[in-house]
Amino acid sequence: MQMPVIDMQGIWSQYREVVIHKDLSFQVQPGEVVSLVGGSGSGKTTLLREILGLLRPTRGSVRLFGTDLHDPDPIRQRDIRRRLGMLFQQGALFSALSVYDNIAFPLRELRFLDEDWIRELVLLKLAMVELEPKHAALMPAELSGGMIKRVALARALALEPELLLLDEPTAGLDPVRSQNFVQLIKELQRAIGFTVVLVTHDIDTIYGLGSDVAVLAEQRILIQGSLDQVVALDHPVIHQFFENHRNRSAA
Amino acid sequence: MGTPLLVQNAGEVSLSGTWTLVSLMASDQDPRRALAALGQVQGWNLLGVERLDSAAAVLLWRTWGRRWPERLEISPTLRATLERVADLPPEPPAVRDYRDSLVGRVGRLTLSILRNMLGLVELYGRLVLDLFFLCRHPRDIPWKEFSANLYKAGAQALPVSALVGFLIGITISYLSALQLKTYGADLFIVNILGISIIRELGPVLVAVLVAGRSGSAMTAQIGVMRVTEEIDALSTLGVSRTIRVVLPKVAALTVAMPLLVVWSSASALLGGALAAFWQLDFSFNYFFSMLPKAVPIANLWIGLAKGAVFGFLIALLACQFGLHVRPNTESLSMRTTASVVTAITLVIIVDAVFAIFTRNLGMPS
Repeated sequence: MQMPVIDMQGIWSQYREVVIHKDLSFQVQPGEVVSLVGGSGSGKTTLLREILGLLRPTRGSVRLFGTDLHDPDPIRQRDIRRRLGMLFQQGALFSALSVYDNIAFPLRELRFLDEDWIRELVLLKLAMVELEPKHAALMPAELSGGMIKRVALARALALEPELLLLDEPTAGLDPVRSQNFVQLIKELQRAIGFTVVLVTHDIDTIYGLGSDVAVLAEQRILIQGSLDQVVALDHPVIHQFFENHRNRSAA
Repeated sequence: MGTPLLVQNAGEVSLSGTWTLVSLMASDQDPRRALAALGQVQGWNLLGVERLDSAAAVLLWRTWGRRWPERLEISPTLRATLERVADLPPEPPAVRDYRDSLVGRVGRLTLSILRNMLGLVELYGRLVLDLFFLCRHPRDIPWKEFSANLYKAGAQALPVSALVGFLIGITISYLSALQLKTYGADLFIVNILGISIIRELGPVLVAVLVAGRSGSAMTAQIGVMRVTEEIDALSTLGVSRTIRVVLPKVAALTVAMPLLVVWSSASALLGGALAAFWQLDFSFNYFFSMLPKAVPIANLWIGLAKGAVFGFLIALLACQFGLHVRPNTESLSMRTTASVVTAITLVIIVDAVFAIFTRNLGMPS
């Protein structure tokens, strides 16, 4: 059996008196696409931040690619982080840098590639997210919402990570753009073969990506499986979340 | 994790293993050098490559001189990766040129100064109109914001302005006393301290302090409000941003500055009297009874007027710079710096103008 990309065991997260996760376990196998869903305040973003290492769970272990995320060795920590890419909800582009420099930033940080090499890679990433070379000179403030997402995706993909994390990838996009963006992620996933974990509220995104679903409720992962398996489960949270979906299927 | 392997066999190069950015970096012998060192190559065999990412694909493509080699054995997946590199448009991306000629720079600077002056006049005009409006609708006067700003820019600045004033007073008095003693002109210490502190040092010192303290805070606050679209939110709620945001700050600083000037000057005179007591054996009683005779009252009015004008200028500049922050971190920091630097420069220029126009006032006869 392959080593899971994400392996979280016995996670307890507590913020002051509020327990967010209670003995939660979560595993993602290589090449899987998993959507984390759940009501507001169910701890989806907290879980994502724990996978990224931005937050440390109160108790429990987080292993990425078989290595402990909180390894004391800074070099090993950095190496793990270089194998994952994150798309923040608002893009989190460096506002003082141009599109080109934003995408080149992680590549330059490696201190391994020469500028010509970086230029071709940046162009390649721009082409991957279907932006044109002329957009490279723009500043983040000059971009539309959809373009910000694309540039942020290009930056997240700059190092061709094995694991891509997406926080509400389609929030703030109109339906057509959001469909295109989902299609783009799906194609890239097929081409490069990375593992994807995303937080979303949008059933169409889950559908479009053809992803598995992990439902966060009652401070744990209620169920993790294909969309059909999850919808079949009889549970109030699932009824509430997938109601529209059922209605649509019925119609 | 695999490593990139390269074997050259009778003109044919076989690659195998993992060819990714991570594995290239981790590899002991630099594959870049190995690729560059290849001589004449008849054919390439990439069938043994398990993974090829775009960084390695770019490397190969460059090694091949940006065209497909004549003999290439490769799996369809890897070919697709390489095709993406091959399909790249050949022209380089337009990278913005940040360099600028001298003429261009002078021109841009002049234009930006003119633009800022125009903006200042505009904002000033807006405030005057707002004042007319508030006279007719006194219910809309933003008392709460005014009082909050008065507290932040005035009351909270009391300790630091007292401390700075006191120390400057001691220093000037001490240094002057040393000089005056050699001439036996001890008595003039009161004149020197009184006129210089009340008329000149007090207002300018407080202006510099307030520009650094409150001016920068105002620019940063309004700037962040612009970045987060709070200013726009105010407008959509039907609240005038000049009445609610700019006017209270300008009014509060115009009122607070003269008070701070008096406070700071008093503290400086106290420090001066203390140093005079140590150095020249002047009693406090003597020092302060001499003060009104040595310093005509006009000097106090000039100092107060300066304080009000400086306060007004600092707040107006801070708001003007804040309102024109563009939504990025770089612009915010640049504008905040520019606000403080411009405010201090302008204060010194206006101080010089004051000196010219009040040259006949307040001198002891």
